[in-house]
Amino acid sequence: MKQFMSFVRKEFFHVLRDRKTLFILFGMPVVQILIFGFALTNEVKNSRILIVDQAHDESSKQLIREIEASQYFETENIVADFNQVEKVFKEGKIRVALVIPANFREDLLQNNAASLQLINDASDPNTATTLTNYISSIVLDFQMRNFPGGPKPIQIIPQLRMLYNPQLKGAPNFVPGVMAMVLMLICVMMTAVSIVREKETGTMEVLLVSPFKPLMVIISKAFPYLILSLINVTSILLLSVFVLDLPITGNILLLYAVSTLFIITCLSIGILISVRTDSQQVAMLISLMGMLLPALLFSGFMFPIENMPFPLQIISNIIPAKWYYIMVKAIMIKGLGFSAIWKEASILVAITLVILGISIKNFKIRLA
Amino acid sequence: MKETVIQTDKLTKKFGDFIATNAITFSVSKGEIFGFLGANGAGKTTAMRMLCGLSIPSSGTASIAGFDVYTQTEEIKKNIGYMSQRFSLYEDLSILENIRFFGGIYGLSKQQLKEKSEMLIHQLGLESEAKKLVSSLPLGWRQKLSFSVAVMHEPKIVFLDEPTGGVDPLTRRQFWDLIYAAADKGVTIFVTTHYMDEAEYCDRISIMVDGKIEAMDTPSKLKEQFAAPSMDDVFYQLARGAKRKE
Repeated sequence: MKQFMSFVRKEFFHVLRDRKTLFILFGMPVVQILIFGFALTNEVKNSRILIVDQAHDESSKQLIREIEASQYFETENIVADFNQVEKVFKEGKIRVALVIPANFREDLLQNNAASLQLINDASDPNTATTLTNYISSIVLDFQMRNFPGGPKPIQIIPQLRMLYNPQLKGAPNFVPGVMAMVLMLICVMMTAVSIVREKETGTMEVLLVSPFKPLMVIISKAFPYLILSLINVTSILLLSVFVLDLPITGNILLLYAVSTLFIITCLSIGILISVRTDSQQVAMLISLMGMLLPALLFSGFMFPIENMPFPLQIISNIIPAKWYYIMVKAIMIKGLGFSAIWKEASILVAITLVILGISIKNFKIRLA
Repeated sequence: MKETVIQTDKLTKKFGDFIATNAITFSVSKGEIFGFLGANGAGKTTAMRMLCGLSIPSSGTASIAGFDVYTQTEEIKKNIGYMSQRFSLYEDLSILENIRFFGGIYGLSKQQLKEKSEMLIHQLGLESEAKKLVSSLPLGWRQKLSFSVAVMHEPKIVFLDEPTGGVDPLTRRQFWDLIYAAADKGVTIFVTTHYMDEAEYCDRISIMVDGKIEAMDTPSKLKEQFAAPSMDDVFYQLARGAKRKE
C-alpha cells in the first residue's frame, strides 16, 4: 500500500508539472462545453436574404417588414430587378432570395391566391430546408393576420410535444457526447502515453526489476487518471448545470457510477494500447484515430446510428462510447433509473473485462 | 573462500531457433566487481535479464543471492539493484522526489527514507540542488545519482547495464569511485561495459561471443593468456571470431 501511494504521488507530479498535459486535462472539457454550447448550434440565425420586390405595394412592404423583424434573417438588399438574384448568389453574399411578383396585393385581394418564389442555396440541404420552413411560417403568419376572413382549406394541425427537451436546445444532446469524448481522450490517450513514456525513457525496466509487482505498476499508473477523470466529469456537470442551464434530472450517484465504469473501460483500452506499442507517437495516433474517431462517429452523438448502413450499425455495438452516451442521456436528461440502463451497463462491463483480459495476457507475454 | 552470490550452470535462453545465450556457466562471489563484456548482440542483455528475474531461462540453472531464477523472482528482486544503460531517473521530478519514489517502491519506511535521502544527498554533495529537477543536472551527475539510488535499499548485488555510456573520462573515474565504495561494503557489482579501460577496473571479467562465454579471468591473467598488451587487444582477438552481426 505504501509502495502504491509513493507511485501515485509520483504520477501526480508528472501530470501537474507538464503544462501541456494539464491544459488538455482541464482546459479541454471547458473549451469543448463552451464551443458546443455557444458556437456550434443547430439553429440557423441571421441568414442573409435578398428580396426582389416587383410589387412595390402595401402588402409586399408589410411582408418585407415582417421578414426583417424576425431574428432568422438579415436583409442583404431589396431590389426590383430579378437578374440581381443570380449575380448576388454568385458573389456568395446570400443564402436565400425571395421574389415577390408584381400584382402581389391584387392577386391576394381579387384572386384569393398569390405566389411567391423562394430561391435557396441547397448546397447545404439542412440549412436550406430550415430556412424554407422559417419563410413559410412568416408568410403563413402574414396571411392569417391580414386576410383572416379568407376561405380556409381543411386543415389537420398536429399537436406537438417535445419530450425531455421542450425548448429543443442542443445541450441535452451534446453534454453527454462531450463527456464521452473527453473521458475517451483523457483516459485512453493519457494512460497509454504515460505508460509508453516509461518504456521509452527506460524507467519501465527499473520498475520491473523492483519488487513492485508488474500488475501493480499498471494499476498505479492508471489510478491517478481515474481520479482526474472523475474531477473532469464533475467540472463538465457543473458547467452544464450552471452555464448551460441543463439540470441533472436523474440520480447523480448513478451518473457517477456509470461514469466510473466507462472510465475503467477507457483505462483498460489505454493499457492495451500501451502494452502493444513502444513509442509515444504511435500510442497517441492509435488513441486518436483508432479510438476517438470511432467514438465520435459511432456514439450516436453526431450522427444518428439508425440512419447508418446495417454493417456500420453492427460495428457501433462494440464502441464503448455508444453505451455510455445512451446511459448518460437516460440518467441525466430523461431521469431514468438503473432498471432502464442495466442492459447497457452489462454490455460495457463485458467489453471492459474482455479488453482487460487481453491486455493482461499481452503484458505477461512481454515479460516472459 | 568467499560466499558465492551469483551461480549459473549452463544457463540458456532461446527465442525460437535463435540461441541468445548458450549454456553460460560462471559464479561471482560477494563483494566482487564482475565485468560482463561482449560485442553488441553477443547476448549480454539477455543473460542479465535472466539474472534479474525479468526473463525466464529456457534451460540451465541459476541462483541469485541464494534464490532460484525460475521460482523465486520476487525474492531476487528484493535483493538486487539495477541501473540501465538508458537514463533511469524521472527528469520531471526533483532529486529528492526521485530518491523518495524509488525508496518508496522498495518499501523503505518513512524514517529510513528520511535518513537515506539526507545521507545520499550529502555524499554526492548535492545539498543545494536537492529540490531542483533532475533534468537540470549534467549527465555525469545523473548517472552518479542513478547509481546511488540503485544501491539505496542495500541490495546484495547491483546490476549495471553500460552505466557510463556517453560520460566523459573524468566523471567515469568518479563513477567508479562510487562502485569501489559500494564493493568495499560487500555489495557485489555485475557490470556490462564497452569501455576497455573500465574492464581493467574490474576484479574479474568474462567476454561473451555469440552467446557463449569465451574467456573469463582477471584482466591481467587474460592479457597474459592472449599475449596481448591491453584489454582492447584481448577483446578484439575474441570478438573478431564472432559470426553474429548486430
